[in-house]
Amino acid sequence: MSFTLTNVTLADGRKVNVAIDGDRITSVGHEQHGELVDCDGLVLLSGFVDVHTHLRQPGYEQSETVLTGSMAAALGGYTAVHPMANTMPVADNAGVVEQIQRLGEDAGLVEVQPIGAVTLGLGGEQLAELGSMNASRAKVTIFSDDGKCVSDALVMRRALAYVKTFNGVIAQHAQEPRLTQNAQMNEGAVSAELGLAGWPAVAEESIIARDIMLAELTESRLHVCHVSTAGSVEQIRLGKARGVRVTAEVTPHHLLLTEELARTYDPVYKVNPPLRTASDVEALREALIDGTIDVIGTDHAPHPDELKSCEWSSAAFGMLGLETAASIAQLVLVDSGKSTWVRLEEVLSKVPAVISGLKSQGQTISAGSVANLVVIDPSVKRTIIDGGASKSNNQPYVGMELPGQVIHTIFNGKFTVRDGVLAGKA
Amino acid sequence: MKLKHLVSASDLSHAQAIALLDTTAEMAVVSQRDVKKLPALRGKTVVNLFYEDSTRTRVSFEVAEKRLSADVVNVSAKGSSVSKGESLKDTVQTLAAISADIIVMRHSASGAAHTLAESDWFEGSVVNAGDGTHEHPTQALLDAYTLRSRLFGNKSGSDLSGLNVAIVGDIAHSRVARSNLILLKTLGANVHLIGPPTLLPGALSAKASSANYSFDHAIESQHFDAVMMLRIQSERMNAAFFPSEAEYSRLWGLNRERFARMGKETLIMHPGPMNRGLEIDSFCADHPNSTVLDQVQNGVSARMAVLYHLAGTDRND
Repeated sequence: MSFTLTNVTLADGRKVNVAIDGDRITSVGHEQHGELVDCDGLVLLSGFVDVHTHLRQPGYEQSETVLTGSMAAALGGYTAVHPMANTMPVADNAGVVEQIQRLGEDAGLVEVQPIGAVTLGLGGEQLAELGSMNASRAKVTIFSDDGKCVSDALVMRRALAYVKTFNGVIAQHAQEPRLTQNAQMNEGAVSAELGLAGWPAVAEESIIARDIMLAELTESRLHVCHVSTAGSVEQIRLGKARGVRVTAEVTPHHLLLTEELARTYDPVYKVNPPLRTASDVEALREALIDGTIDVIGTDHAPHPDELKSCEWSSAAFGMLGLETAASIAQLVLVDSGKSTWVRLEEVLSKVPAVISGLKSQGQTISAGSVANLVVIDPSVKRTIIDGGASKSNNQPYVGMELPGQVIHTIFNGKFTVRDGVLAGKA
Repeated sequence: MKLKHLVSASDLSHAQAIALLDTTAEMAVVSQRDVKKLPALRGKTVVNLFYEDSTRTRVSFEVAEKRLSADVVNVSAKGSSVSKGESLKDTVQTLAAISADIIVMRHSASGAAHTLAESDWFEGSVVNAGDGTHEHPTQALLDAYTLRSRLFGNKSGSDLSGLNVAIVGDIAHSRVARSNLILLKTLGANVHLIGPPTLLPGALSAKASSANYSFDHAIESQHFDAVMMLRIQSERMNAAFFPSEAEYSRLWGLNRERFARMGKETLIMHPGPMNRGLEIDSFCADHPNSTVLDQVQNGVSARMAVLYHLAGTDRND
């Protein structure tokens, strides 16, 4: 397929024609060929890359499948996602990660790059076969027990050291388990009032501090998942200043929502790590802008109604995120006037691609690059009405007005979303 | 007064709280009659949906409901999650389908009554009979009524302005403490929280007139019109909230010696069931200043008052 996105605005503000032939960009400038797709007033960015996604397959197909999750991802402007390992069976061996990758290829909407478990069965005790997963067809480079913390310091140290074999990275869900037993929400004034067991910030910050030291000791790569507190930002800032190879991720919901929402006792706001205070949100936004936090990861976590339509403490942790992440990024970075489209493209596309080592993602928009692209209309205001393409409906933004709309998503030179509609659905 | 649900003590304005106390006084009179019945809830179905065992609260509600002529159904539900039996939603929708008018719910999950009241599972009224470590609003009402009747002779229309009430013990896990803190403040009382720092959240202390880790220091620095002792659960010991029952009792228990250092008029309150010898000794539990049995008795009247107003019965009978 040969087409040209005409009069489209790049992140740096240049207005250009971008011509695409096959799976590659053939020119960026004045040239045009093939079908002309008018993109006047729209912003073109490299396709988004999510380093933290739950696609729930195999095992939890009532929540999401690789196909429905890929649909949500494409609609959200993503061209690559990294499904977490907490499936059933756990993605702790080459067989399962290859299966997930294959399901992704069958869906064909985004690059599905599986994350492997750090420990067998997410048990936190025995290392999974990290080398085999890396050597498999799925070429896993990111390993995480997400949902659970690799809390044992020795296991964490060994895992960090071991993945140096193939320049892998350990993505840690930082949560000291003893400090968060039965925890339901952020610990503080609101939890005390609501009588819900608290999840103290220190349970996250102490693990991050420890892991940064272990990464320093092992000279390995640490990625901190879903950073949620101002104190965590401080730990990461200190680690980076010392030259430790640590990267950090923040979720869209931690950039926008606060613990005050727990007052509704509506489990759609129950998430792990929990929604924090307004000053944490402010610190996370600043850290994302100044580079202390490297990427936005959605932690898209679909759950069926029966796990959310119940009393708070029985409900599952997690909320949807793929179809709203770019809007929240635009709100926080661009519309706030505090940062730029260039930064947005970095945190949603370029840096996550580098962390994962995905060669055909997050590339500079220039001739010869693989055409993994997203076109956004930043002027649209849309009110979120439901869970979108996800199989689940645990959408915390229902009723909220968010800026920006993904108009086209182009994956390997083909439209997966065109005019806001999934390809093949128009 | 129109009251759709009673989920939190904060649902009540000053005027509504006074009205409920006044109605409680009228209900207390009914309970002393030969025929202890009012027709207020005749033809109404009230379900006591208890996810936690609580003989005293369930019996209190049941008696209150029967004295108001309601049809009473007791449901002991087990488990609270999808994995353990039927979900709350399905249970409640079942009760709605058999035309229950009021659900009185005790649940181990904080916020469960709130979730039920806000849901579209059930159209009727919801009374929170204790939700996890959150609230127990009818307990606060009966405590306020007990204070008013013992200290102010139950003068109609009066509140608790200027009273100093200490709540002592496991504030962090106490729904009784949370509801009392809210309601006693609404009624003008000064609430003082006392307990070990592991069990006294700063956020609640900030809402109180004072907070003290030392019971003895609190007694020295403040005259209390009443001390409300909370039940301490020994499982808290295993979670390292305090080292031993003996030490807890020594530092935060109400005993004869400590009581002697308070005013002679200080009332001794306890929501029950008491751990004699732990948070309270028998001298204090059985002392004439103890209101423990008054509280039980007043519990029925206070719950009658709540149900009476929920039923939307505005007639003066």
